[in-house]
Amino acid sequence: MLNLVWLIPALPLAGFLLNTLLGRKLGEPKSGILATLMTAASFVVTVGVYFDLLSRTSEERHSVYTLFSWLPVGSLKVDMALLADPLSITMALFITGIGSLIHLYAIGYMHGDPKFPKFFMYLNLFVFSMLMLVLGENLLVTFLGWEGVGACSYFLISFWHTRDSAATAGKKAFVTNRVGDWGMMTAMFLAFSSVGTLSYSGINAAASGHTLAAVTATGIAMMLFVGACGKSAQLPLYLWLPDAMEGPTPVSALIHAATMVTSGVFLLTRMSPVLHAAYPWSGTVIATVGALTALFAATVAVAQTDIKKVLAYSTVSQLGFMFLAIGSGAYVAAIFHMITHAFFKALLFLGSGSVIHGMHHEQDMRKMGALRKMMPITGFTFIIGWLAIAGVPPFAGFWSKDEILLFAFANNRFLWAIGVVTALLTAYYMTRQVIMVFYGEARWNDHAEEHGAHGDHTPHESPWTMTTPLVVLAGLAVVGGALQLPFTHSTKFLEHWLEPIIHHSERDIAGTWADNNKWLLLVFAILVAATGIAASIAVYAKGKAQPIEPQILADGWRYDSTVSAFMGGPGRKAFDGIAAFDAKIVDGAVNGVGHEVRTLSGLLRKAQTGLVRSYAVIIGFGAVSMLAWFLLRGVL
Amino acid sequence: MHLSTLIANESATAAHHASFPILSALILVPVLGAVLVAVMSNRRPEWVKLTATLFAVGTGGMSIWLLSSFKSHEAGFQFVSQHEWISAWGISWHLGIDGISLFLVVLTGILFPLVILGVDPHHDEKRYLAWLLLLEAGVMGSFLSLDLFLFFIFFEIVLVPMYFLIGGWGYDKRIYAATKFFLYTMLGSAFMLVGIIATAALARHDIGYFTFDLVKIAEHASFATNTARWLFLSFAIAFAVKVPLFPFHTWLPDAHTQAPTGGSVILAGVLLKMGTYGFLRFGLYLFPAAAVWAKPAFLTLATIGIIYGAIAATMQTDLKRLVAYSSVAHLGFIVLGTFAITSQALTGSVMQMVNHGISTGALFLMVGMIYERRHTRAIAELKGIQAVAPIFAAAFMVVMLSSIGVPGLNGFAGEFLILIGSFETARWWTVVAATGVILAALYLLWAYQRVFHGEPDEANSSFPELKAREGALLLVFIALIAFTGLYPKPMLSRIEPSVDKLIAHVEGHSSYKAPVAHNHPAETTTHEGGE
Repeated sequence: MLNLVWLIPALPLAGFLLNTLLGRKLGEPKSGILATLMTAASFVVTVGVYFDLLSRTSEERHSVYTLFSWLPVGSLKVDMALLADPLSITMALFITGIGSLIHLYAIGYMHGDPKFPKFFMYLNLFVFSMLMLVLGENLLVTFLGWEGVGACSYFLISFWHTRDSAATAGKKAFVTNRVGDWGMMTAMFLAFSSVGTLSYSGINAAASGHTLAAVTATGIAMMLFVGACGKSAQLPLYLWLPDAMEGPTPVSALIHAATMVTSGVFLLTRMSPVLHAAYPWSGTVIATVGALTALFAATVAVAQTDIKKVLAYSTVSQLGFMFLAIGSGAYVAAIFHMITHAFFKALLFLGSGSVIHGMHHEQDMRKMGALRKMMPITGFTFIIGWLAIAGVPPFAGFWSKDEILLFAFANNRFLWAIGVVTALLTAYYMTRQVIMVFYGEARWNDHAEEHGAHGDHTPHESPWTMTTPLVVLAGLAVVGGALQLPFTHSTKFLEHWLEPIIHHSERDIAGTWADNNKWLLLVFAILVAATGIAASIAVYAKGKAQPIEPQILADGWRYDSTVSAFMGGPGRKAFDGIAAFDAKIVDGAVNGVGHEVRTLSGLLRKAQTGLVRSYAVIIGFGAVSMLAWFLLRGVL
Repeated sequence: MHLSTLIANESATAAHHASFPILSALILVPVLGAVLVAVMSNRRPEWVKLTATLFAVGTGGMSIWLLSSFKSHEAGFQFVSQHEWISAWGISWHLGIDGISLFLVVLTGILFPLVILGVDPHHDEKRYLAWLLLLEAGVMGSFLSLDLFLFFIFFEIVLVPMYFLIGGWGYDKRIYAATKFFLYTMLGSAFMLVGIIATAALARHDIGYFTFDLVKIAEHASFATNTARWLFLSFAIAFAVKVPLFPFHTWLPDAHTQAPTGGSVILAGVLLKMGTYGFLRFGLYLFPAAAVWAKPAFLTLATIGIIYGAIAATMQTDLKRLVAYSSVAHLGFIVLGTFAITSQALTGSVMQMVNHGISTGALFLMVGMIYERRHTRAIAELKGIQAVAPIFAAAFMVVMLSSIGVPGLNGFAGEFLILIGSFETARWWTVVAATGVILAALYLLWAYQRVFHGEPDEANSSFPELKAREGALLLVFIALIAFTGLYPKPMLSRIEPSVDKLIAHVEGHSSYKAPVAHNHPAETTTHEGGE
């Protein structure tokens, strides 16, 4: 089965090519079905590869499949090669698995869109790129996928490109990500100049074999982290993700929650030996940025009124948790949370899409309420997603978040405290969202009248193509925690599975106070979640206190507007200044010299163009006669 | 004199292709075409066009044949042809091709027939075609010459048809732009002419007789340190203007904007490459020690050009001018790679010369198509084209992504090689230059948004979709973009041996040492990991 690993990306690629050529002819829904089947087939192959790997001993779970030599120059040898190992196949499993569900969902969601086939074409291209990213055997193949998902994200955010806000959001995402890409490229340059290869096994072997100097390892790690900050929306580069919600909701679920945005976490895990070889402060930097991002985004989520914006900021916040884990040396916890987050956040996004669909494209939560009666399946599954993200046991998110906090405590108690506050806020704002959308009074009736004679505005449940993925994801959000349970050594399945990749760099917390008192911390985490939920119910359901939603939080601490103002103001003026400098000074000097020469040859002033023309003719004649002379004398 | 003939005969037999002088034919066939088109009667314009097409396609076919019979692992000059010409002055008709010039010749061979077939000049087609063919001969000659004087002639000949193409078929400010282009590059090459004559005169001491032969001078002459520097600079000025390198670039936006579409495609596609090619062939090869001495200055100018060109491009209001400024940035990368002098960087530079020709050529074609439809290039007057012409927009998108440097497309392969190679010998320049990839996304995506996104207004709502002929033309470009991006190996394996030979030459004639190949223990584990 391992020899079929190339089929995993090839199938979605084939789907993309087929839809590019035939999409218009296939139309709706066939082009969507084709794309869904291709992704599902890729999932089946991935499962096969997974079981093949599972049947081997832990040391043998590593297989490279080389397609062709891609960029060979001198000592640089870059192959287009795929790596099947526990990490890449874990990633591929949930990319293709959740990907198939979201494709299916999109058949319903995109119903009636004139660009229906194009949407699935992009979606398949995205899945292909994402798979190249995780299956890459070296940094450059990963970078191919990295930029590919960035381009697809751009296409899909600006999918409804006649809307100016969508076009702007797409561009913003691409350009901001490019800042991160610069970091990743620099990391590759540094890796090549110090180790002489871009292959993961080569670089990681040098790092774990202590042949990579700590200073170089730190440089590589920090530059990779810059790249990760772009793709995984961390401070200060997170700006593009909330705007990315301009894209159709299946895109938000697939790209901007479950898969692409976790690329940075994947990359740092893949390169964990380098992080381990770096100066210890680099881990602190990563953990601190992660914790601050988690807290920052959670405070902003508290005051959002757009159903998708809450989830977007929540995603930024949860990604922050994953970086807190990476920086604390808890790679297993980071991947664990990445997986459970993919389950429950995809579920929440798809649920919100179902709500938006049922509400006839309304996204303002203030105009919703009591929807659980109108949309029972959506409501029920969304509530499961809420319990998972809020940290209620035994749902998936509880276990993964708890493991991160455990390592954070062992590593740095201040960052742990930030994590706890964030967890409290998460429970609070998610409860707020559930109450505003599914409980309380139905506020959509007033809204319907605003629009007047637009026909039936009663919210309705979505078709089966949309509800089936919700039910499956809800199931996963319930049981996902079973991947890694803290009870005994044997229940930590994910840890054993990922062992070959992270054994060298995973932090050992055995014997620390945190580990010895982990049940205490567990109970504390449950109390924190309960407090958040209770507070939110008190405010939003019982009305016992006024909601605290200051404008500054709704505006995201005005960070975005400050950056925009800077770019549009001084930044633009500086650019204009350089363009003017070019026209007036650099070109002015050239024209000035020309003018002086012309004035000196005053008599010929009017004949200036004629002068060059005759000059040109003379040269032309001269050249032609020389050629003629040559023809006569030289060749003949 | 006797010795030179001997060597010439030797090299001719070594090439094994003495039977048919293919390189001479690459120059003379277009000349013949130009003459024929010029003297033909214009009563049947379609015959004129057919003739020009046949000559251009024939030349293109020969260049492809050359590519297929080129020996990929040979570093030296192939298909050499050497004949005495003006023996009293030591000038010979010495042509040869190696991995550095091969793809530039092929690009020239492909680009001209595409331009002739794909772009209409709208008036005076006969003269237009004649100038175009003469231009092709000049460009071919520049890339093939191995004699300083011969090179100079071709380098100068090129100016004449280009001047008339801009001046005769360009837009409203064409005379200003053509004059500026002509005078500026002419002035640059005046320095080179002095340099060429001085080089030959000074080399006489080591060689024993007066010759303009590039190979002989490069291999046998040694100049005093300061002399070499002056000579190098005299060549470098001509090339810096031609590339153009910051701050000598201001003729380019005017020339590009005012030139007819075909002229812009050729100008960006191959003419600018005469400058970057010149730096390799007549800079590094001829004056290695001086080039190494000048390295920091050129790395700096190149890096400034990358950032500066990109910033200037961002603020342009004319779409064609924007693409022109993007060329300043892209060529900055090529010069950066040239002066970094490592295997990857130089190979990347040579590759990027071709890549830039393809992607920027295609961009100019498409800007031309927009102008044909809307009679404007002002970004502010264009809007929402993707909604009415999605296929055209998709083609533009692919080419744009190549220009931005998205992996899997050709622009990335070259740029990445340049950067990763330059990092070894020019670390901080490279780190700064790499920020150019952010700016490239900024100016192109912003332009794309303003032109293609949004709701089309009245003037743009009837923007016609791509026609079959235009589609076929762009398909060739897109196929080249995708193939080179995904499978550059055939190209790299032909470029690299010559590049390595050049680096060895530089090392042999200066104190410069290129970074050695890594023999790290880590590399072996890479292979162990595989199945």
